[in-house]
Amino acid sequence: MSKISVSIAGGSGYTGGELLRLLLFHPHVKIKQVTSEKYAGKPVFKIHPNLRTITSLRFSTIEELKDCDCLFLALSHGRSLHKIDFFCGLAPKLIDLSSDFRLLTTEQYRRWYGINHPRPELLTQFVYGIPEIHRQEIKSATRVACAGCNATAALLGLYPLYQTPLCHPAKTIVEVKAGSSQSGRSPSPGSHHPERNGCYRVYQPTGHRHIGEILQELSLLWDSSFHFTATSVEMVRGIQAVSHVFLSEPATEKDIWKTYRQFYGSEPFIRIVKDNSGLYRLPEPKILSGTNFCDIGFSKDPLSDHLVVVSALDNLMKGAAGQAVQNFNIMNGLPEKTALNFPGLHPI
Amino acid sequence: MNQKNAGCPVCGADVIFDEDIVNGELVVCSECGLELEVTSTSPLILKEAPQEAEDWGE
Repeated sequence: MSKISVSIAGGSGYTGGELLRLLLFHPHVKIKQVTSEKYAGKPVFKIHPNLRTITSLRFSTIEELKDCDCLFLALSHGRSLHKIDFFCGLAPKLIDLSSDFRLLTTEQYRRWYGINHPRPELLTQFVYGIPEIHRQEIKSATRVACAGCNATAALLGLYPLYQTPLCHPAKTIVEVKAGSSQSGRSPSPGSHHPERNGCYRVYQPTGHRHIGEILQELSLLWDSSFHFTATSVEMVRGIQAVSHVFLSEPATEKDIWKTYRQFYGSEPFIRIVKDNSGLYRLPEPKILSGTNFCDIGFSKDPLSDHLVVVSALDNLMKGAAGQAVQNFNIMNGLPEKTALNFPGLHPI
Repeated sequence: MNQKNAGCPVCGADVIFDEDIVNGELVVCSECGLELEVTSTSPLILKEAPQEAEDWGE
């Protein structure tokens, strides 16, 4: 099988580095170019030190990009959409990791991003990139918009419950704890070590932008009983979403098991983690670092309608680059786990 | 060797056994990780095995 040529626009950020790490060991991929305006001409290992001796690639500029079979866009939010025609002309398949094409309507972009989307006619051409929800569409898609990391964690935990009448939530409150790599490579006063170290910073108590895509995928209206809060915590990689779900009908834990098994029984990257003994009884992001797994667990209060769902993942992997490579594999008819087999480290 | 199966009493997953399973045998459910005890082989009945209490920081 001849190799698929890919390029990465925006390769100096953390998700770009993670894409490189995965694609350099993908047996069916040849990386043609990787871009960085700031570091053009420099070897990629100068920015991603884990890739020293692994590749001799150097950064190019976006203007230097040549045709390829699949182009990954790992640019910061808002930068893909202004060059989208140029990018579409370079490759028949496009995988965007930014938020620029995740929402389906201009109204949603105005509501959650405060912008009038300049290319609304393209929004429905992108498939929302969570394979567990949209695998069939992704198989034939030429353009995929990968989901936000917080949204991925919350959605994978909640989606099965919202599809079944027995466990359909009447109200949901999601509390996300996120690692510092989520805020990207560029430093800010808030990421300065003396300020950031040891913080439990509730950075988005309400109104988080990822709510838009969560509501979209759960088919909920803006005024639904769905609430979401995000907090930065003391870790580099990882997200843990704790969702407090208030069920609309009585259900047992066995019913919840059945619901998750029905949806995720054959999913390669979803694991149900609900153990009654040991140290890892519910999903823990620490042991997922570098993996493409999303672990999901739950606990039902036997005395009430309260169900706690815990979902965890690595924000740079299943929440970004790993998800993108999984989508790439699906779009190209390759085994879905190709280049994504790393099981994680323990202890770490 | 032929195999038998029974439902996990907690999560409902199918638990598979060799045919020569005996009363009192302990198995672990591969889905929820619960330790189960065979209390009858015909019909095959499982119950949650007694757990040693753990200090979970409480």
